[in-house]
Amino acid sequence: METNIFQYEFIIKGLLGAIFASITAGLAGTYVVSKRMVFLSGGITHASFGGIGIGYFIGINPVVGAAVFGILSALGVEYLSVKQKIREDSAIGILWAFGMAIGIIFIYLTPGYTPNLMSYLFGSILTVTQADIMALGVMSVILILYFGIFYRTILYISFDEVFARTYSSYVDIFKYITTSLIALTIVLNIRMAGVVLVISLLTIPPNIAMLFTKVYFKIVLWSVLAGFVGTATGYAISYFAGIPVGATIIFTLVIIWVIAKGIVHLATKISVLT
Amino acid sequence: MYSLSASYGASIVLQDVNFKVNENDFIGVIGPNGGGKTTLLKVILGLLKPAKGKIVFNNDLLNGNSIGYLPQMSTGDINYPVTVTDIILSGLMMRKGVISMMSSSDKVKARKVIDELGLSGMAQSTLNELSGGQIQRVFLGRAIIGNPKLLLLDEPGNFVDTTFENDFYEKLRDLNKRMAILMVSHDVGTISSHIKSFACVNRSLHYHPSPEITNEDLLAYGCPIQLVTHGEVPHTVLKYHK
Repeated sequence: METNIFQYEFIIKGLLGAIFASITAGLAGTYVVSKRMVFLSGGITHASFGGIGIGYFIGINPVVGAAVFGILSALGVEYLSVKQKIREDSAIGILWAFGMAIGIIFIYLTPGYTPNLMSYLFGSILTVTQADIMALGVMSVILILYFGIFYRTILYISFDEVFARTYSSYVDIFKYITTSLIALTIVLNIRMAGVVLVISLLTIPPNIAMLFTKVYFKIVLWSVLAGFVGTATGYAISYFAGIPVGATIIFTLVIIWVIAKGIVHLATKISVLT
Repeated sequence: MYSLSASYGASIVLQDVNFKVNENDFIGVIGPNGGGKTTLLKVILGLLKPAKGKIVFNNDLLNGNSIGYLPQMSTGDINYPVTVTDIILSGLMMRKGVISMMSSSDKVKARKVIDELGLSGMAQSTLNELSGGQIQRVFLGRAIIGNPKLLLLDEPGNFVDTTFENDFYEKLRDLNKRMAILMVSHDVGTISSHIKSFACVNRSLHYHPSPEITNEDLLAYGCPIQLVTHGEVPHTVLKYHK
């Protein structure tokens, strides 16, 4: 009986996790991929590990620490590259490694119980709490509202910032808000996929979607769908095969991408022949 | 109809610029690189606040509604997943707030512009599927969908596809019937046969701490470079310019 309840919870947790992860990653990921911010997002992810370490050290929720670090590093990169004239990719590279270093130092310094580093690096559904799922759910709602209400403004700023500045004085505000929301999305998904793998959760689904459509909001919809299929399937496989969930999800997503690309490739070949 | 008096900057790029654009003017703005041409555009567009002076439009302070802007090619990412229709619609954004829905009349406007610019059939394409000339017309569409009184073109020669060049300038001549055009270029030769008058923008020396601008007015005021064109065959006069 107890096992059944445990299993039931496990399934619900996995299902809700998959839904919310694919919604948040689909929305944020389409923006990241379209705007070619993948490297920046990778930097944010790894920098946030510093927050996880400090969170453990001072005894607060590591996700909160990661969120603070993630947002600060996102805005920090912007600041360093715009105001201090440091090359953006260099700024990202510095913050990337610096965050990891801080994280490792503070986790090492934390007395007593040493947390399971692996679960943060590679993700573990076992350590995902109800609060984590709820946070992802709230994040999904926030992102849907934000992208829904300001769709054209966000799209046009991201497509052509210079032109957007000719008609809007809100360009910077929107850039900062969007980047911060993306940093938050990444941090909340770290629990699912881990620091090392989470970036793929954002980048693979839009790349699958872009094989079939080139309209921004359709890419979002397809990304969410592809993300859900990949996440749920990966989750199930990891459960039955007893292998780490984050890695399995990414593996599944890549397989879907390869198959989709193969299908599109074949379809174009056939249409050329006929 | 339109008069500008502006000087700005910590290191002064433009100093005491005064000029006036009248309805149906087609003015070429020339000058060397770094001479302040782009700065002038930025001031007109409101991207830079003038340190001194102001821009007046129909006796009011200028607002963006009346200006259409065709930036240099490099500003938009041609691989971005956004359709021709959506790009052209973005020309209406200065009238909309940040919460912007496009109405069906907006979409009708977009369709009209698409047809007018010979882009029918490409409405749902993305830029990476178009030729250079077509891409330029998409951005021109974005500039004119709001039916501006003044159209600003920044170095259109930079990305015009030679096959589409005549086409493009012909389109501009059409548009010129309903709007004034201000075209920035360093390519005097190409634009000379298309424009009606010239303005010259330049700062005196590259490393001068307070460079100055000599943008005297159009024909009547005598610009250091003066180039006058009339009719089919242009008469070009290029004087010594220090």
